[in-house]
Amino acid sequence: MDRVLNGFSERLATAGLAWEKDILFLALDDAVLASDPNHPDREVLEQALLALQPGALACIRPAEPYATILAFFLEQRPQVLAPRDSETRLFLHDLPVASEFSAQALVQGLKNRKGMVLPGPRLAALGPLTPEQAFVTLSSLCFAVFVLFFSDYLEDLRAGRATPEQRAAFARAASFLPPVRTDRPGLVQGPFDGPAQVCAAMAQAGRATVDFGLVDSAFGNVSALLDRTVWISQTGSSLDLLEGDLVACALDGSSCEALTASSELPAHAGIYAAAPATRCILHGHPKFAVTLSLDCDRPDCPDRGQCHLRCPAKRTAGGAIIVPGETGSGACGICHTLPPALRGGNAAIVLGHGLFATGRRDFNEAFAALLGTENACREEYFQRVRDLGG
Amino acid sequence: MHGPCSLLTADLGSRTCGVLRLPEETLRLFPGGRGLAGHLLRPSAHLPWDHPDMPVLVLAGPLSGTEAPCSSRCHLVSRSPLTRAFGDDAVGGGLGLELARAGFLGVLLTGKSPAPLGLEIHDGHARLVDAAALHGKTTDQVFAALADWGSAACVGPAAEHGVRFASVQVDRLFSAGRCGLGLCLAAKGLKYLAVSGSGAVPVHDPKGLAAARADIERLFHASPVLRGPQGFGRFGTAALLDLTQSRSMIPTENFRHTRCPGIERCNAPALAARFGFQPAACPDCPIGCVQQDGHGRALPGIEALSQFTALLGLVDPDLAVEALDLCGKLGLDPVSAAGSLAAWAEVTNQKPTAWTVLNLLEDMALGHGDGALLGQGAQRLAQELKRPEAAMTVKGLELSAFDPRGACGLALGYAVSTRGACPWRALSLGHELLRKPVPTERFSWSGKARMVKLGEDALAAAESLPVCRLTLFAAGLEEYAKALAAVTGVPATAQDLARLGKRVVYQERLINAALGFSAGDDDLPGRFFREPGDPGQGFETPPLDRAAFLEARARYYRVRGLDHNGLPVRDKAEELGLTWTVS
Ligand SMILES: [Zn+2]
Repeated sequence: MDRVLNGFSERLATAGLAWEKDILFLALDDAVLASDPNHPDREVLEQALLALQPGALACIRPAEPYATILAFFLEQRPQVLAPRDSETRLFLHDLPVASEFSAQALVQGLKNRKGMVLPGPRLAALGPLTPEQAFVTLSSLCFAVFVLFFSDYLEDLRAGRATPEQRAAFARAASFLPPVRTDRPGLVQGPFDGPAQVCAAMAQAGRATVDFGLVDSAFGNVSALLDRTVWISQTGSSLDLLEGDLVACALDGSSCEALTASSELPAHAGIYAAAPATRCILHGHPKFAVTLSLDCDRPDCPDRGQCHLRCPAKRTAGGAIIVPGETGSGACGICHTLPPALRGGNAAIVLGHGLFATGRRDFNEAFAALLGTENACREEYFQRVRDLGG
Repeated sequence: MHGPCSLLTADLGSRTCGVLRLPEETLRLFPGGRGLAGHLLRPSAHLPWDHPDMPVLVLAGPLSGTEAPCSSRCHLVSRSPLTRAFGDDAVGGGLGLELARAGFLGVLLTGKSPAPLGLEIHDGHARLVDAAALHGKTTDQVFAALADWGSAACVGPAAEHGVRFASVQVDRLFSAGRCGLGLCLAAKGLKYLAVSGSGAVPVHDPKGLAAARADIERLFHASPVLRGPQGFGRFGTAALLDLTQSRSMIPTENFRHTRCPGIERCNAPALAARFGFQPAACPDCPIGCVQQDGHGRALPGIEALSQFTALLGLVDPDLAVEALDLCGKLGLDPVSAAGSLAAWAEVTNQKPTAWTVLNLLEDMALGHGDGALLGQGAQRLAQELKRPEAAMTVKGLELSAFDPRGACGLALGYAVSTRGACPWRALSLGHELLRKPVPTERFSWSGKARMVKLGEDALAAAESLPVCRLTLFAAGLEEYAKALAAVTGVPATAQDLARLGKRVVYQERLINAALGFSAGDDDLPGRFFREPGDPGQGFETPPLDRAAFLEARARYYRVRGLDHNGLPVRDKAEELGLTWTVS
């Protein structure tokens, strides 16, 4: 178990979310296990763990730019943060913000939520069952506060209410952004000749998407069409570790093996049906594409607050169409909105969620569309900021 | 307190009904369903299961009759004639909903009538009526006679003939099958319970409840298992059959094998193509796991499907549907019925045919020939035939549909479950098979003791509201705490519900301990430690490692706050708000 905990610390560090010394994972079986027994936060965290009795509890002091972003939010002294990205809406609801780092504050925040913000600045996350859940929630928290900060800034500039502190925090956070990547990974070339090659290509594409910072390991999904079968990543898989985590879903519906497929299988299947030349789909959560998708210049829109379900405007960002829609197969599911959007182009942004890119031959085209759109969105974001005097 | 807080009491001996108002303190500790039922059972749990004073409880809960998703059901509890332990089962349909609308939190049945009676509840009024005309009738005939009621529950001929795993059927298609609760009702002389309620259940904060409902439904829609194209909403839990086969954990020929050649002919899509699935869900259920065919026959979920095919070594979709239909009409638990048949086939070295299976089901229900012995359940049957090791049971309750060699948490969950072998009880199927809420390594014991404990707590809490266990494959206690708080106006958190679950499970442990159950009963049949399962694609299915199992079980006891023998301790009981009585 100790090795498992250290594995998660390493993965957070590799993803650039925190330095390893600033990460602490605790797990509870019949005794408490710690990724770093001498960590200064251990006592506080362990008290909270014993009070809450989940499978695991983790806490990080995030690296930049998250540290700057969180320090700014903490200055405002809100009781909760309410990010508008879909992952937070669906799984985390909102994020309690504590005014002190104490066991009591952790218990108060986490007795009804999976993740929270604390002074330090720190992020804490519960693993109700396993440490992996805390790991997933921590990366979700980082993503959520990033998108919240950058989209709030644009909105506040537009409304003329950006404060000097906000401008300063923005300049500082922006200075920590990693450089724009313009290189391309050389991915397996199609057409794919069988399941083994398809699986290898999918694993490779998933890893490159994570490596390029276009999605956190725990999110996103990838699929490829081979004959009448959609190969897709399983739900709860790590996009950079897909070997052995792919499942074949027969489009004729003769088996229910796809019960463990990504929850976006209906959207993927819909895209293959709507755009028959499509051979593969790559889905990531690139931060600026998501941030821009939330930027709306119609403050009086009657559907405001419901944008992620039914944004009526035809909008684009970085050259890609933006569509509303929720995860899964509900009435507002992206399985209804994405396929028509991808009939014409090879990239579409789901509002507040992420980007779907397609390839007609292999993942090189999809990857290029994903990275190209994100780079264009990043440029467009800063252009909009400059235009608004920020 | 919001909503109903009284039980309808019915004494079948004196043929009188009354109302029992529950103290607020009791409802604070045990808001409803499984937990409250256990609390009400406990003072009498030492009595023989067929003693007139042994209560049978049919309980709704605080969410019954509200908009909270999957809350129309109820929970039945008594002492099990099959296991002699705490016996309970959840059942779908609209019984909980109607009870709440009639103004009751549930029904407490005691006494014993020599002649069959029916209990009829219409809003605040209840009466026990003569049901001699329905004696011996199959459940479909009883339901036909009760068609005007909002919801009805009844027992069939199996209960009337003493089958120890007789079921209580609800609203024709739903069944409280496990633990023989149908026999408990028949022992009281109750043939049916019919309820119509027209009141509205008060909700403190309708807006808050609507928001909680929206959160929960969003999670359902995002769940491939519940609402995906191949999920339970389309195919019912039968959708799991392809997974149990590919994971090599489909119990075959009384667990002598774990793969069943040709079983894809019986998988959910095959059944759908053959019988045409029509939704027949519980009232207002956003999951919709129950399906029927064009003749109104319930289509099998994973348990009945797996038991009546692979477990008996028969690959025959027609048999699975016919056998389940017959079990429903006769009032038999399909899981135990097939488990007994499988043990009998192994002991007598016979290969059953569809014809013998259907005939033996009738014989069981009527107590004819070999049926009389089969109706005692696999454990008694195997003992009687001097082959006790052929009974694939825990605490006398038959295992079903998921081979424990295929997943360590599942194996531990089977062993320690308070009602005997139940694959759902610790929710391990979620993480070990369905990757929800997070995937875990199914062949590893690491961390499983605590996961089993946490899963048991979550389920016990959900079943005390009560809501359907399938909700927990997508939503969590967090979302249901929000719903509960909106209904009652009393703040509630996920942690409060987890604590409720702990209390409920510990209470069942107290009941079982007083009945003499201990670590020796928290065990699996020897076969699983001796014989390997069949290999799958790229993996072996070795026997369970006995030492690792015992270590995990010891760890579970520590995590649960039990002593090394699996027995409750005073401090822990009192910490959880449970009274400590010396047994
Ligand atoms: Zn996504």
